Amino acid sequence: MTDTTSSASANRPEGAERLSEDRRDAMRGEPPFVEAPSEDTRLVRSLKEAAITAALVAVLTVFFFAFSTDIAVGGLSLTGNVSLWLKWIAVAFVARFLLSYFVFGGERPSIGGWKKVAAATAKLRLGKIVGVVLLLVAFTLPFLLSTFLPSQNRYLLDLAILILTYVMLGWGLNIVVGLAGLLDLGYVAFYAVGAYSFALLATNFDLGFWVCLPMAGLFAAMWGIVLGFPVLRLRGDYLAIVTLAFGEIIRVVLLNWYDFTGGPNGILGIPKPTLFGLEFSRGEGSFSDFFGLEYSSIQRFVFLYYIILALALLTNFVTMRMRKLPVGRAWEALREDEIACRSLGINTVNVKLTAFATGAMFGGFAGSFFATRQGFISPESFTFIESAIILAIVVLGGLGSQLGVVIASVVMIGGIELLRNLTGLQAIFGAGFDPTQYRMLIFGLAMVVIMVWKPRGLVSTRSPSAVYKEKKTIGADLVAQGEGH
Amino acid sequence: MLKENRNWAADPVLSVEHLTMRFGGLVAVDDLSFDVGRGDITALIGPNGAGKTTVFNCVTGFYKPTEGRIALRRKHGVSPQAIGDLTKSGKQYSEDADKAVFLLERMADFKITEVAGVARTFQNIRLFGGMTVLENLLVAQHNKLMRASGYSIAGLLGLPGYRRAAKAAQDLAVEWLRRVDLIDRADDPAADLPYGDQRRLEIARALCTDPVLLCLDEPAAGLNPRESAELNGLLKSIRNDHGVSVLLIEHDMGVVMEISDHIVVLDYGKKISDGTAAEVRSDPKVIAAYLGVDDEEVEEVERDLEVSAARPSAEGGTR
Repeated sequence: MTDTTSSASANRPEGAERLSEDRRDAMRGEPPFVEAPSEDTRLVRSLKEAAITAALVAVLTVFFFAFSTDIAVGGLSLTGNVSLWLKWIAVAFVARFLLSYFVFGGERPSIGGWKKVAAATAKLRLGKIVGVVLLLVAFTLPFLLSTFLPSQNRYLLDLAILILTYVMLGWGLNIVVGLAGLLDLGYVAFYAVGAYSFALLATNFDLGFWVCLPMAGLFAAMWGIVLGFPVLRLRGDYLAIVTLAFGEIIRVVLLNWYDFTGGPNGILGIPKPTLFGLEFSRGEGSFSDFFGLEYSSIQRFVFLYYIILALALLTNFVTMRMRKLPVGRAWEALREDEIACRSLGINTVNVKLTAFATGAMFGGFAGSFFATRQGFISPESFTFIESAIILAIVVLGGLGSQLGVVIASVVMIGGIELLRNLTGLQAIFGAGFDPTQYRMLIFGLAMVVIMVWKPRGLVSTRSPSAVYKEKKTIGADLVAQGEGH
Repeated sequence: MLKENRNWAADPVLSVEHLTMRFGGLVAVDDLSFDVGRGDITALIGPNGAGKTTVFNCVTGFYKPTEGRIALRRKHGVSPQAIGDLTKSGKQYSEDADKAVFLLERMADFKITEVAGVARTFQNIRLFGGMTVLENLLVAQHNKLMRASGYSIAGLLGLPGYRRAAKAAQDLAVEWLRRVDLIDRADDPAADLPYGDQRRLEIARALCTDPVLLCLDEPAAGLNPRESAELNGLLKSIRNDHGVSVLLIEHDMGVVMEISDHIVVLDYGKKISDGTAAEVRSDPKVIAAYLGVDDEEVEEVERDLEVSAARPSAEGGTR
């Protein structure tokens, strides 16, 4: 106890009551008496853990190692291979024993204390591991695909680019909806502004992708502020409706301003990105020519893939960094309690506008990438359903969670594509079943199931932006959702 | 504990003059004038619905008063002439080194905290529940850190100037957590704290904005006797060690009588008494307002009260 108590002690009662309070004070903080658990020696404990590991391996691998099927005349033949199974169990036992005995040593609590430690830190650690694994996969994906799935290489790479575009959009929207807690149903407007900024600059002024990219981001950020002003005073449903209307206004203007945007015909002939002036085409001065490689159309896709990966990672880096800066903390504080923010001298107008501008800027980057990838844009690409999908990704992933957005993008965008190819369902529903016709239905059901099972998104915990001693995750039930939810 | 001289008249930090607040036909505060002395603990008391929280909201900028002037002086010895000049000039505040005066009724709520240095807490606690205790105190240092982070540019690049400022902010937060005895819960979400701890955290958060005047709206509401005794100690140390003037609304007379240097009593939006704890306690109008007796009966009640005059302050410690 610090000096608050010492100064408070002047007000404390005298006599018997004082004594009893002192006694209570002395008792405070003492844990209730519990008999110490019997201490196993390190050897016994290691043996126990190794046995558990071996048992788990035995159960998990029984069908993979103990039995094998071979094609025989008239079907399959089943052959037992118990020795292989036992060998793997032995390997698991020995490996776990050695790990427990030498690496984990004495300090690590064995099975008894495991649950408690796991509860506090498992989520943090698991999130980190998943994040690192996903990042490694993302970096090596083009090589993995060309090595393992050369036949579907182009299709899958294209899908990966699409997923990453949505990851980036999700991360951008996450700033507005997840961190600042301002429900934005018109995010696609900034995507459109970015795409059209790049397309118009490139076709009218003959500028390249890399020059236009920052400009497109700036234009989108500017529109973010323009949208921000009218919605500053709005809360809840009204905020959602105005942002939705803003998204539609942008689309309708693009559709009807024929002289400027080309109207429904869109804009054709948007240049492809170059690598320091090297084009991804056949012939002199191209990428393959310069590096002495054989030309392949896949090179351009790999390049596009790495561009969107870099842009998405930039979005993530800036967002993660901003969360630890005063402005990011102010976004989250705004989501928690706007009035308290103002009582602490925070200009909530500026905080909201920076959130809208930052989110819009990344939407603009993603938009200009979209334009350069497609080579053609029209208002058809920026309908309300896009906003809804991006918002669904953010909500499904868990508001404010960066990892959740990635998982939700893979599930949503990848899932829709996967359902196209589910011919396996024909075995259940009969040969006439066409999975492409039912994919949206299946997808909708899957989303309903996820939201029932995890109402606050796949990754619903919040990790604090500043730590004094120990980083603890914060449960979703304590975190406010902000306006419009 | 009570200061004998009338500090609030000699060296006021805040002067509320002819404050009137109307909500439609309802006059919540009616021509109210009072001063808050520098380095005093001033209590604003009165029956329910007397307009105390409305006065608070006017002082902290959450309401714009219908009429009146609320002047905050940063330093001692600002002449009424200077305030009059500022009022005529139409400016919100003048920030000369010695004669900094802020006309709070003209300023936006966040500016009042940021520029003038008035911090407040709320009757129903308003913490950032999903953020940790430490984060709550860091949010309170937003403006300072914002400047240090070069409006996020230097912060994004991780320049050493910002890192130093961030470290200093964290140190200040930790220091306050030690003071209010919440250091063990620094990494817990604020919504997880017990009620009494939340009250203390809210006070610590307000103090992290580095105010000259701290406005507390019922800080002892819902606290048990031990906690309100600790609160008394905390408020006194804020006044004595940090030189922060405190203006508080409170219903717990134990707390009010024990720590207040100056008490202002409101009833139906009007000031009915103004003075030291002893003066207010023996003021017939106050007794009438609180006990609801006719003026003829006041003297009788007064005589009764004389007998048990010491009771309220003793109550604060023992209950």
